[in-house]
Amino acid sequence: MSEETTRYLVTLVVNGVVREAAVPARRLLSDFLRHDLGLTGTHVGCEHGVCGACTVLLDGEPVRSCLTFAVTVDGHEVTTVEGLAGDNELSPVQRAFTECHGLQCGFCTPGFLCAVTAFLRDNPAPTEEEALEAVSGNLCRCTGYQNIIKAVHRAAEIQAETQGRPEDRGGRA
Amino acid sequence: MKPPPFAYHAPVSVDEALAALAETGPHGKVLAGGQSLIPLLNMRLAAPSHLVDINRIGELDTIAARPGGVRVGALARHAAVERSAEAAAVLPLLRQALALVAHPVIRNRGTVVGSLVHADPSAEMPAVLALLGGSVRLARLGGEREVAAADFFTGPMESAIGPGELAVSAFFPVPPPRSGTAFREVARRHGDYAVAGMAALVTLDEDLRIAAARVACVSVGPAPVVIDLSDACGRRPAASVSWDAVAAAVRDGIDPDGDIHATAEYRRHLTGVLAVRALKDAARNAGTEAVDE
Ligand SMILES: Cc1cc2nc3c(=O)[nH]c(=O)nc-3n(C[C@H](O)[C@H](O)[C@H](O)COP(=O)(O)OP(=O)(O)OC[C@H]3O[C@@H](n4cnc5c(N)ncnc54)[C@H](O)[C@@H]3O)c2cc1C
Ligand code: FES
Ligand code: FES
Repeated sequence: MSEETTRYLVTLVVNGVVREAAVPARRLLSDFLRHDLGLTGTHVGCEHGVCGACTVLLDGEPVRSCLTFAVTVDGHEVTTVEGLAGDNELSPVQRAFTECHGLQCGFCTPGFLCAVTAFLRDNPAPTEEEALEAVSGNLCRCTGYQNIIKAVHRAAEIQAETQGRPEDRGGRA
Repeated sequence: MKPPPFAYHAPVSVDEALAALAETGPHGKVLAGGQSLIPLLNMRLAAPSHLVDINRIGELDTIAARPGGVRVGALARHAAVERSAEAAAVLPLLRQALALVAHPVIRNRGTVVGSLVHADPSAEMPAVLALLGGSVRLARLGGEREVAAADFFTGPMESAIGPGELAVSAFFPVPPPRSGTAFREVARRHGDYAVAGMAALVTLDEDLRIAAARVACVSVGPAPVVIDLSDACGRRPAASVSWDAVAAAVRDGIDPDGDIHATAEYRRHLTGVLAVRALKDAARNAGTEAVDE
């Protein structure tokens, strides 16, 4: 059996839409999203798990798409940066990143947005230390991180406001 | 870079996985969380001709916390074990150590058992297993064996697992009553593999003197280095132990190498300093952790 000629039909629910493509087993999820499905919002920096640019949500949990084979996650749900908000809308985390200048070139941004979205869902009012830990696995060559950390706290605020929750002051910078 | 081609196996049960591993023998590799294997494939440092993907084997996704210890199945992710309140209640060291394993996003995929089999001498979980005297259960077609930590880690990135074998679970035993644990490390960047560090275990006697103390050090040898420091602590309460002598005993007990991250001398020094801190933490925790059990 030649490994390369064997193709696997991989079906994923991506941003709420069923998408499928026949790919070799070695197709990374990052390449599946970008090349096979044309969703180029997910960025690829290092392909060894260090930079975090390729972070997407797999069944709601952030993972490195460059360290996952598409065939392994056949049948699962994936959310990419394209699916964080509706058309022409910005999610609270996206709004916070623009307000706080949490990006410059934007290469690292999709990964930060996915990681932070999942983080704030689990921890809506993080402390400074928790916010730092949450983004510690994502590298940014431009911003110097300060504004990204601010954006994490700002996103928590926006979320609390839009969800009508009493504001939790616990973790604001 | 992209991974080299391989033939892909997707068993849905342990039996199917063992059959695939038996068939492919030395050419087969297990794919668990992929957080160590896929980087190696992407960098073309490994090129197995068969991958046996265990991610569909639900029966391996288990965490069983019992009074005597915690058995972790091969598909339990670092994050799941870290979050498990039951596991933390019987064995706080699991959570103490897992918080230092890579970044949260990596922990969502990586498995504890995969980390043991991968046997990186800088990894936290092998040190935890070695410190507690735990074991790894290896299955192959038609048989099973339980290998003690002391025999399991055989060298840098080398474990006792043979061709055709699948690590199905690992057992982390609970230390005796009045014990406390801690994990301390120094890494160049948060979430990186440690330059130096260790898991520490202290057991107190009824008069709260240190009855037993040991550490399992990372990054100072080909495998976790376990050092018994009970004599060095000299059956005293933590407040009157001669900690300088303990640090010296640790420095004498290791033979680190230098690399781009640290010289051998710096690693030796750091390991001594961290051992004292970890043992003091563990002694302090001995009161509180023991109550939890
Ligand atoms: C950026 C980054 C930073 C990291 N930092 C750390 C760190 O600080 N500390 C740390 O400990 N780890 C770190 N890791 C590694 C991480 O913990 C891995 O999850 C772990 O080492 C391997 O687990 P895995 O499930 O991903 O295994 P895989 O990558 O799937 O497999 C690793 C190896 O083990 C074998 N294997 C896995 N499971 C089994 C099994 N059940 N039976 C037989 N063989 C098996 C595979 O064949 C392969 O050889 C880091 C990884 C990355 C990408
Ligand atoms: S591209 Fe995946 S972590 Fe860098
Ligand atoms: S904005 Fe340029 S890398 Fe982060």
